[in-house]
Amino acid sequence: MTTIDMPAKASRPAFNIKREGERFALVAAWLLLIVIFGTLMPDSFLSWRNFSTMFGSQAVLVVLTLAIIIPLTSGDFDLSGASILTMSSMLIAVLNVKHGWSIGPVIIVALVSGAVIGAINAFFVLYFRIHSLIVTLGVGTFVNGMILWVSQSQTISGVSMTLVEWVIINRLFGIPLAFFYALILAAVIWYVLEYTIPGRKLLFVGRGREVSRLNGINVDKVRAVSFIVSGLIAALAGVFYSGMTGSADPLSGLNLLLPAFAAAFLGATTISPGRFNSFGAIISVYFLVTGITGLTMLGAQAYVQNLFYGGALVIAVSLSQLVRNRQPQDFS
Amino acid sequence: MSDNAVLQMNNIRMRFGSHYALKGVSLSIRRGEVFGLLGQNGSGKSTMIKVLAGFHQPEEGSEVILWGQKMPLPLNQMDIKTRGVAFVHQHLGLVPSLTVVENMRVTALGRKNPWFVSWKSEGQRVARLFAEFDLAIDPFATIAELPPVERAFVAIIRAFEDLRASDAGYGGEGILVLDEPTPFLPAEDVKRLFSLIRSIVKTGASVVIVTHDIDEVREITDRVAILRDGELVDILDTKTSERQTILDTIVGSRIDAFVKTRKAEARPAAVTVRGVTDGASPAFDLDIAEGETLGVTGLIGSGFAALPYLLCGARKGAGRITLSGQVVDLAKITPAKAQMMGIAFLPGDRLGAAGVGSLSVTDNITLPVLGQHLKPLGLDRGSMAREAARLSEIYDVRPPRPEMMLGSLSGGNQQKVLLAKWLQIKPKLLMLDEPTQGVDFGARQQIFKALDRATAQGTSILCASTDNEQLEQICDRIIVFSKGRPVMELKGDDITRKAITEACFYSDTHQAEAAE
Repeated sequence: MTTIDMPAKASRPAFNIKREGERFALVAAWLLLIVIFGTLMPDSFLSWRNFSTMFGSQAVLVVLTLAIIIPLTSGDFDLSGASILTMSSMLIAVLNVKHGWSIGPVIIVALVSGAVIGAINAFFVLYFRIHSLIVTLGVGTFVNGMILWVSQSQTISGVSMTLVEWVIINRLFGIPLAFFYALILAAVIWYVLEYTIPGRKLLFVGRGREVSRLNGINVDKVRAVSFIVSGLIAALAGVFYSGMTGSADPLSGLNLLLPAFAAAFLGATTISPGRFNSFGAIISVYFLVTGITGLTMLGAQAYVQNLFYGGALVIAVSLSQLVRNRQPQDFS
Repeated sequence: MSDNAVLQMNNIRMRFGSHYALKGVSLSIRRGEVFGLLGQNGSGKSTMIKVLAGFHQPEEGSEVILWGQKMPLPLNQMDIKTRGVAFVHQHLGLVPSLTVVENMRVTALGRKNPWFVSWKSEGQRVARLFAEFDLAIDPFATIAELPPVERAFVAIIRAFEDLRASDAGYGGEGILVLDEPTPFLPAEDVKRLFSLIRSIVKTGASVVIVTHDIDEVREITDRVAILRDGELVDILDTKTSERQTILDTIVGSRIDAFVKTRKAEARPAAVTVRGVTDGASPAFDLDIAEGETLGVTGLIGSGFAALPYLLCGARKGAGRITLSGQVVDLAKITPAKAQMMGIAFLPGDRLGAAGVGSLSVTDNITLPVLGQHLKPLGLDRGSMAREAARLSEIYDVRPPRPEMMLGSLSGGNQQKVLLAKWLQIKPKLLMLDEPTQGVDFGARQQIFKALDRATAQGTSILCASTDNEQLEQICDRIIVFSKGRPVMELKGDDITRKAITEACFYSDTHQAEAAE
């Protein structure tokens, strides 16, 4: 085209050992943890029973993490996720146990409550143009208050055994069904983000709002949908949560918020580094849980849980930054 | 080298991976001169500056000598700064939401008490400093309130202040390095900027200016070093060198400027715009013929720049646009609707509004045509990648690797990608806002040719720009704006750089007189 001509041949991306290393470092770290604890406790830790319990019991955390990576992808924080989860599980307990509703309609009400809270988040963020961090913090705290109110600060047990059976008692390959629900959900989210037009729009909105707007993407609509879907999935996590224990208590679910964010950010360093991705999120959750379970089995106290969630997040993300030559992270 | 060299950079070698960005470049800067560093994108001129700033560490054997004293490798950023070298980078490094004084305080060296700042006396001090250079900038205005040229002034004065506070400053010396300070400024502001640079040089400081604008180099510099592919090609005396000589030295072989054959007149309008207004300025009409390139220009603030935004619904306005028989109310048009009608808009802010730097070329280029890649099982990523590779080759994007992040390409190549993105949908109307800002000469000609091919296929182009050379090269017709409305039309042979400049200023003064 001009007198300066360089060979402009398309080159194939070469297999890059460093990039592949970055992608699978967390998987390797997870396997390493398993080997270490397996050597220390070959009988108790390395049993299928132990693993199936881990896989099943942490499905709730996986689903909550999947819920928050959707608004994270579109550039918003949803701090109300754990509150929606707890609200949903509390609604199930109250309506099913105290009011005697059958479990089917109860689940629908619980899911709708999540979508409604998501819509409220979206309304305040988008109509008043407030930062999502502020709105979801406020709405989440408000919902926490409502949970204490409807439950009168009591743990309510005796939730329909049908739900409990379908969540934790029925098993496939010895693993509770809840794990497979989480896996299916992760696959769906991965598919939507990578292989559909709405998924592309979500990603563009998260990376450049003005770019998206000028390219004809309805930015507000995309953000609103992402809040609502996030609320819906968080409520689904709440359904599984009450199915795990057959009960609902007004506080314990709230503790899942920070682990879910830890897993989301840790997950963004693996599989597709630099992007929030669903399989990365799953691997992070089980990496964290494996560490905690192993340490607990070695006789560590309950506080080890927070030590590990916090410590592992910071150390793992730091290591992945070393692989990236400490370039600033850019999720948005 | 010369005895009065304030800075010598000898045999600078800098490698990124296996690629040498600088292959042993040597320069020396004399006291009190304006030294230009010229070259195409990727020629190594920015790398040279980053080595001097201590951002990149050159290889062993490279020497940086400041005022006769050799700086030890690895170079220390703070050392260089305290020795009297100050930098103004292209993005100026100002925080828009903070005031001028606060921004001036950020880098202040040699302040006595770090625990207490008297903002009042700081404000007075900054105001005095501005007054020295005949600038009237309110020290307590926020940066966001200032026009772009005054932001550049603030950044330059801030750097100058650092020079004064440095070791070299006691002798009235210092080296001010400006990395592409002008691409976002209209012509008359560039003049103001240059007079500021001249008055800084009068104080005894030396200035190094990195640019790829040959006319600017000829206007402001004493000597210019030309880099190509990481090597120093030549150092020319600006006053005695022809424009074409400099141009040929940059490119390495003769490169011809794109020459357009202007289209004959009197063709039916393909796009008609009636009563367009942003609500504040008077409404006006506008027609563009099929395959015509219409330029809109004027002084900054004259309202021409808003036109593409109004026509695609990116900014609220009113009026009507008719395109192939379809009439649309501009008050209700949205970017999505405009796109469906066949209107494409390429904003000037490449990574802020036109494309996403942290996503790949493939992701960016396929955004408007995702529907074509949708298979029953979802998006066909393979065909997206192939299409991106095909377009990269057609538009000569370098390197032709569509999996690279858009942000990691040079400005000219980013623009080729973003242009390819819109030209692939064969828009009926393509609107451009400063399409070649910060793009080097060669890439500019490629972009102009691509635009010309599009018009040959029937695309009408509306180009908003203050770059008169560009307007002269690509437009069939130019409308000059003043005070929010079109005041003059240039056609055919009337279109020259000089005529455009005169029209911009004439229309402005003319209007002012008429108003009185």
